[in-house]
Amino acid sequence: MDDVKPFIYPGDDGSKLKPGSRYENFIGGDWTKPKTGNYFENISPTSGKIICEIPRSNADDVNLALDAAHKAAPSWGKTGPAERSNILLKIADVIEQNAEKLSLAETLDNGKPIREPMAADIPLTVDHFRYFAGAIRAQEGTIGNIDGMQSGGGNSAQGMMAYHYPEPLGVVGQIIPWNFPILMAAWKLAPALAAGNAVVLKPAEQTPYSICVLMELIADLLPPGVVNVVQGYGVEAGKPLASSNRVKKIGFTGETTTGRLILQYASENLIPVTLELGGKSPNIFFKDIMNGGDEYLSRCVEGFLHAYFNQGEVCTCPSRAVVHEDIYEPFMEMVKKRVSVLNCGDPFDLNTQVGAQASSEQFDKIMSYLDVGKQEGASVIFGGEKRQMDGAYSNGYYVEPTAFRGDNSMRIFQEEIFGPVVSVTTFKDEAEAISIANDTLYGLGAGVWSKDANICYRMGRAIEAGRVWVNCYHSYPAHAAFGGYKNSGIGRETHKMMLNHYQQTKNVLVSYAEVPDGFF
Amino acid sequence: MIKRVLSTKKTDDLINELSKIHGLLVFHQSGGCCDGSSPMCFPRSEFRVGSRDIYLGNISSQPFFMSEDQFEYWKHTQLIIDVVDGKGGMFSLEGPTGKRFLTRSRVYEENEINELLKNPPQIASNLSNIEGLKTTIN
Repeated sequence: MDDVKPFIYPGDDGSKLKPGSRYENFIGGDWTKPKTGNYFENISPTSGKIICEIPRSNADDVNLALDAAHKAAPSWGKTGPAERSNILLKIADVIEQNAEKLSLAETLDNGKPIREPMAADIPLTVDHFRYFAGAIRAQEGTIGNIDGMQSGGGNSAQGMMAYHYPEPLGVVGQIIPWNFPILMAAWKLAPALAAGNAVVLKPAEQTPYSICVLMELIADLLPPGVVNVVQGYGVEAGKPLASSNRVKKIGFTGETTTGRLILQYASENLIPVTLELGGKSPNIFFKDIMNGGDEYLSRCVEGFLHAYFNQGEVCTCPSRAVVHEDIYEPFMEMVKKRVSVLNCGDPFDLNTQVGAQASSEQFDKIMSYLDVGKQEGASVIFGGEKRQMDGAYSNGYYVEPTAFRGDNSMRIFQEEIFGPVVSVTTFKDEAEAISIANDTLYGLGAGVWSKDANICYRMGRAIEAGRVWVNCYHSYPAHAAFGGYKNSGIGRETHKMMLNHYQQTKNVLVSYAEVPDGFF
Repeated sequence: MIKRVLSTKKTDDLINELSKIHGLLVFHQSGGCCDGSSPMCFPRSEFRVGSRDIYLGNISSQPFFMSEDQFEYWKHTQLIIDVVDGKGGMFSLEGPTGKRFLTRSRVYEENEINELLKNPPQIASNLSNIEGLKTTIN
């Protein structure tokens, strides 16, 4: 890889991606100006430079999108699964064919190093569309045999069958986070579309650009109005969507206070909500890893460094490392050594492993936590400061990969910093490991590293989290359910069970009796 | 008395600006991913404060709350609500201003913690003197 030249910064001479100067909302199959004519500037966190202008939409634009979605929903909802499945497969193909372009857009918009969208975000997006294309083809309703086949006995229960049909909800709203702008949109769009819903989608205002590139590529594959994208600020465009009485469900990924507010709006409209609200995931390293062989141990060290994937801006970031006290020193020495050779350079270089934080305010928040950690008496193992880049990237938002040693009661162990910051503590025995792991408000992810199958089994069952990775971390394959325990949310994504969150069950209860019941 | 939440001058100015447009406000400290750990600012008539949410005090005459379970992990720190450049903040009112509220923190000294223990904070449902506050009364 060393001889591969970095991609040229998008928009510069010779670059493979040329962002437009202004984008519009995508409503009813057309690029539509916001009614107020207002736009805001979208900044790349890699460089601090403007990428493009994005519509600053409000409730009027949301309503226009809802009009389009309501117009499209009845016929879209009546299409056969094969038709919807084939469209999802075509979307997947187009995304796959344009993986490089979409990856460049994602790095430009979000700041992640380009190898990540190339190796993870975009291939996983492709796979999600294909998975739900398959899932909807294979989905079946059920038939309940309520009573026997013999008829004519004068009892209404005789010859009665319950037919269950999964039917779409209609028009749904989706609010997408900024950490994986395209992949998180795919997690929500693929099941919603497979299930036959029309969607109004609100991207994060921090990362509104890459979804525009995606929609340009797939616009012609979908009937008009089936997917509508309304850009803007959360309070001006997200809130009218979340509080609308014209959506049958809201899917949201974000934080707890907004999660509560969205549930409050939903209570007014009596609609279901799925929420993914983050975590403070423990990554637990048992003593026996030191005896597992060099390659396995290297894998475990890598497991610690997964905390720096996507600059730590992952809801499941393994941001609490819980290491057996007997191996703390040698294990952390290996971690330090591995971190010291991390490539934290040009985000558009395929060799770069850690990129920019997604926005200036996220950078400020991480810096405030580095300050809290130091005040709380946690010791800095490595990092702990702003990372200053040179040249074109000198105004970007960069933080050093950091590890603190401290205690699980500290705030840096209890809050999702959403940055490249790991808080490390030790444990004496399995019971203490479980206690530390579960001493958190959240329960989204966890990691367990051991070659002892019984330890792995017990830990896997004892940790109160929706996803426990055993001897791996940060894998997000479709067909493995993802979602939170405790304050981490409601619902399970990346699995066919997400179809249930976008469908309602129609029961048709049929009697085959041919004589009166005899009640009246 | 030791305060649990403070505001900077920039914060007071932004609150004044927002309250002129939106009237009475309420703050709620968020947690979790993305914009988690940010203080959220809403019209007071719109956000229903949890009945067991902890009341930390006022900043610029606007009440500030945090969920009870989160407070257990945060109570050893004083919150200093500041303002930085940025956009986002989900449904928080300042999003379109190009400014964001940011929670900074100071760890209390031991004598301050002893003092605070003598004055435990109130939960929302026990408050009676905050105009326009919406919560469930037990």
